[in-house]
Amino acid sequence: MKTSIRFSAVMFWFGMAFLYLPMLSLIIYSFNESRLVTVWAGWSTKWYGELFRDEGLMSAVWRSLEVAFWSANTAVLLGIMASVALTRFGKFRGRSMLHSLVAAPLVMPDVIIGLSLLLLFVSMTDVIGWPEQRGLMTIWVAHATFCTAYATVVISSRLKELDRSYLEAAMDLGATPLKAFIQVTLPIIMPALVSAWLLSFTLSLDDVVIASFVSGPGSTTLPIEVFSSVRLGVSPKINALATIIILIVSLVTLAVWWLSRRKLQREKLAK
Amino acid sequence: MIEPSITRDSADGHFLQIKNIVKTYDDVVAVNDVSLDIAKGDIFALLGASGSGKSTLLRMLAGFETPNSGQIILDGEDIVSLAPYRRPINMMFQSYALFPHMTVEQNIAYGLKQDRMPKSLIADKVVQMLRLVHMEKFAKRKPDQLSGGQRQRVALARSLAKSPKLLLLDEPMGALDKKLRNRMQLEVVDILESVGVTCVMVTHDQEEAMTMANRIAIMEEGRIVQAGTPRDIYEAPNSLQAAEFIGSMNLFRGEICVDAQDHAVIDSEECANKLYVSYGVTTAIEDKKVVFAVRPEKTLISREQPESEYNWCRGTVHDIAYLGGHSVYHIRLENGKILNSFMVNSDRFADAPTWEEQVYVYWSDDSGLVLRP
Repeated sequence: MKTSIRFSAVMFWFGMAFLYLPMLSLIIYSFNESRLVTVWAGWSTKWYGELFRDEGLMSAVWRSLEVAFWSANTAVLLGIMASVALTRFGKFRGRSMLHSLVAAPLVMPDVIIGLSLLLLFVSMTDVIGWPEQRGLMTIWVAHATFCTAYATVVISSRLKELDRSYLEAAMDLGATPLKAFIQVTLPIIMPALVSAWLLSFTLSLDDVVIASFVSGPGSTTLPIEVFSSVRLGVSPKINALATIIILIVSLVTLAVWWLSRRKLQREKLAK
Repeated sequence: MIEPSITRDSADGHFLQIKNIVKTYDDVVAVNDVSLDIAKGDIFALLGASGSGKSTLLRMLAGFETPNSGQIILDGEDIVSLAPYRRPINMMFQSYALFPHMTVEQNIAYGLKQDRMPKSLIADKVVQMLRLVHMEKFAKRKPDQLSGGQRQRVALARSLAKSPKLLLLDEPMGALDKKLRNRMQLEVVDILESVGVTCVMVTHDQEEAMTMANRIAIMEEGRIVQAGTPRDIYEAPNSLQAAEFIGSMNLFRGEICVDAQDHAVIDSEECANKLYVSYGVTTAIEDKKVVFAVRPEKTLISREQPESEYNWCRGTVHDIAYLGGHSVYHIRLENGKILNSFMVNSDRFADAPTWEEQVYVYWSDDSGLVLRP
């Protein structure tokens, strides 16, 4: 009995170390004095200052956030429409085809998605003159395309298990189908919409392969910027940036956990 | 108190008329040529097993399904072509379908808001409805903070808030446990009667139908078997299906041997004596096969042989189920047939017949019924 407890404790700490030690070392090295990432030369916060002075990197951050924001919005909107079509309209012709077409980007390698979108944009420029050149617009279209697949999976699985009688009750009480959907269905599936949005946002923020195919001059997103700067030698500025991102993500996660715990406790109290 | 919605009675006095409704899904006939007349203020129960078409009929009244043919006339207006949100009908769903993101108040106000009613009027009406179902204290709660019975009250208040001409209840007690069910049945009927709303409910529970409704229709395989008051259906079932659906019955198959104006005698191989009914049965000469039916609580058990020539059989006590208020005796006849008989336990320690004892089961001349097989 005792040995098994010790064994599971060891495995637990091993697992935690495997997951979080790299991040910990990254955070520590972001406070390194030296300009060489691998050589420790005492504590300093100078790379944070450098980071905020680096206009190229900072504008890449904002650009990425902007693209991720709009891609997530578009993906959730398209995801809702696809999910409604897939789950609510019964068996229409081509339903299973729509299903596999929507889900295809999930299993398609990024390289292929990127390349095919690049070819599409190039030929569109030739034929209809739009997009004039590749840039934020094309990255947004590309990201929205593959994020829609993920958003649809998340939203449609929630919509599928949603009791139909909510919508019927709203209609029974005098709401038109559209009104009932907006006033009743959407608020009920809101948690799924939020997770779909966050998933899309993260995927878009994270993507380097597809973005590097469809980006153009002046539209370098953060991952591309980081990736290309790493090739020239890692600057501790990147460490500082990564530390800030980790901090933000941890704070958001903590806030979500705290809010949901408080809500749970309130519900318990009310009962 | 809440005034019932003011409506004129239709010319012929029938408030809700269902005329020759047919609904098929692919090849399956769910509702087969059903016609019903429901009067204003009725609490009408559609009683049937699952798959009998009762829920489909209810959903057609609500407008969620469209009949293949037939008419539904409510207060003189054919509503078949109206969308659910245009019908003056509200429904209480089996799962209640309370909106989880809205408070009790907002749930009740939802239907009124759809009508663009002024805010102050909505607030008044919500308070009125909360008082009606005794839920004033819970106005700000969310549905997941309520118990099953409280949720049902809110659902009822929400469906009554718009003063519908017709209220639909889908398995109203389906989500409650047995004890709460009995209490809520009477409470819901009280509320419905105080509002005076006409109500159609669907249930598979005969006790629920008989407790709550003043008229019942038994449905089987998409058809109405019999419609009438609970007493009519129980005491005078018009067919074997209706007789077997509600309560239990002792059945004897046989042939009519005497068929007079005021009585009939049936000869059955399943009973040693002839069976007598005190009303005339009009039979065709070529088709004399009938089923004689008598309910267990209308039979008596004794140790002495009855003097009458008719309506008794001899057997041994096969099993006794003691249920407190009464006991159910299973009497095995000499030919192996089992009869059920209820004995009221009026004495605390009476000398009642016990296992394997020989007894006589008998009943009076006006207890039996003659049904067509």
